[in-house]
Amino acid sequence: MLEILKLLENEAKLSTKEIAFMLSLPEEEVRRKIRELEENKTILRYLTIINWEKAGEEKVTALIEVRITPQRDIGFDAVAERIYRFPEVKSVYLMSGVYDLAVFVEGQNMKEVSNFVATRLATIEGVTRTATHFVMKTYKRDGVILEDKEQERRLVISP
Amino acid sequence: MNKRKAWGEMVNPVVRSIPSSGIRRFFDLATETKEVISLGVGEPDFVTPWHIREACFYSLEKGYTMYTSNQGLLSLRQAIVQEIYNKFGVSYNPKDEILITAGVSEGLDLAIRATVCPGDEVIIPEPAYVSYAPCITLAGGRPVALFTTMEQGFCPTADQVARLITSRTKLLILCYPNNPTGAVISKKRLQEIAEVVCDTDLLVISDEIYSKLTYQGEHTCTAALKGMKERTILLNGFSKAYAMTGWRIGYAASNPEFIEAMNKIHQYTMLCAPITAQIAALEALKNGHQSMHNMVKQFNQRRQLMVNAFREMGLPCFEPGGAFYAFPEIKGTGLSSEEFSLKLLAEEKVAVVPGNAFGASGEGYVRCSYAASIKDLSTALQRIAGFVKRYGLRAKTNVIYKSLVIG
Ligand SMILES: Cc1ncc(COP(=O)(O)O)c(C=O)c1O
Repeated sequence: MLEILKLLENEAKLSTKEIAFMLSLPEEEVRRKIRELEENKTILRYLTIINWEKAGEEKVTALIEVRITPQRDIGFDAVAERIYRFPEVKSVYLMSGVYDLAVFVEGQNMKEVSNFVATRLATIEGVTRTATHFVMKTYKRDGVILEDKEQERRLVISP
Repeated sequence: MNKRKAWGEMVNPVVRSIPSSGIRRFFDLATETKEVISLGVGEPDFVTPWHIREACFYSLEKGYTMYTSNQGLLSLRQAIVQEIYNKFGVSYNPKDEILITAGVSEGLDLAIRATVCPGDEVIIPEPAYVSYAPCITLAGGRPVALFTTMEQGFCPTADQVARLITSRTKLLILCYPNNPTGAVISKKRLQEIAEVVCDTDLLVISDEIYSKLTYQGEHTCTAALKGMKERTILLNGFSKAYAMTGWRIGYAASNPEFIEAMNKIHQYTMLCAPITAQIAALEALKNGHQSMHNMVKQFNQRRQLMVNAFREMGLPCFEPGGAFYAFPEIKGTGLSSEEFSLKLLAEEKVAVVPGNAFGASGEGYVRCSYAASIKDLSTALQRIAGFVKRYGLRAKTNVIYKSLVIG
């Protein structure tokens, strides 16, 4: 099962037959397992990693460090939820160290992102401080190097 | 004025007598074909793991750009000795039983030149890696082919070896896991062969370059068998397991007399293996396990993808327990190995290597490397399936041949 997940994590487009061949399992079993994993939400979604710059689409991403006052009984979770429900927010992590939440926000331009932070994020009750860092260039995302110059350089045939 | 002889006639006749590799002709054709997917490559599709490359940048910054001793860096020889001991329980002395070479290729040439006298016979189980026979011929020896078949798992029997031994037989070359068949030899079979070798006082060159790429059963090191350490020249390297083909680095392990003889040739012809490559190899041995295992795991998945796909399309495919090649039988299509490969290249733009490039016993097979991305493998396999369907299969011999290790 872990093997199926590892394969799919790297290449979501693998067919059940290919996976079955690669792991020497019956195809029907692979199909059933994947369905199970989807149903119990182990597999959440199949996404595509896109280099938007190449597609001619301008986007900005910022990392926002958020400090919050934890609340009785529920700690950070309630504030975190109020933050992660916004579609502008792409990822949220609870961190150890000097700040509490690392929030990745995406927008069309800097103004839009700043605006979101100032009017939406910073104003949430319990948020005591934010620090916004804009991403200037993405080299690698989710394990994928965006402009990988290491292409196939092997000879076509070798002994 | 005297008419000068043609340049070609001034080439050493021994060199002239060596046929140019069947692979090379095919290489030219495949190179000319646009957008070809190649399953003809005998090297990993991975780039050398980053930490190994990084260790080299560092060494260059520190100015490690000089010759090393002829035998190679002692620290590398020690690491090699340690690894052979840990894996196979064979102990070598790093001082005089190890020689660092510029790839297994150099080790092979040195081992043959150091032992083969003019007229000596060398037994090579075929299908075999393309360099063995020419290196023997160049050393004045006579290569003697031992034919193996898919039905016998492409491994020679002790009896087959015994039958080919004459008063001139000096050497037996073994290569398991095998290029081009992927065959892994069982310990039992190797022991039987070792007995014959010891009884008849032969030497063995054991090219174990694919040892780390063993997916079924366990790799048996020839030198680990009773009576074999002294009479074996063990060759291994870093090209395949660590994706380091371009670095040109390998090693030989044997008794002090053989290593000294090989070192004699090496010091006058190669001087030493490149220092940067030696440093890379040391890094690979020290910290390369994780990345190596990762690659091996991926190779294994691709291996199963390819073998299962061939069987599904009706091509009998021997279970390759090691290396990164599948060797399906294509006789059912009614085409020869070369016809199959040429037509496949022309009609489907997929390059494979005709089996007869590895000796006459490879006729009726093609070598397909699965050291390629899953995407390329999938596309290539679909194209081959279409091709096979078009040509039809005479007798649907859907027999599945398991390798001997598990049998
Ligand atoms: C069986 C075998 N031996 C030796 C070599 C050469 O290896 P190296 O790169 O270490 O010279 C190869 C490479 O294809 C091989 O397949």
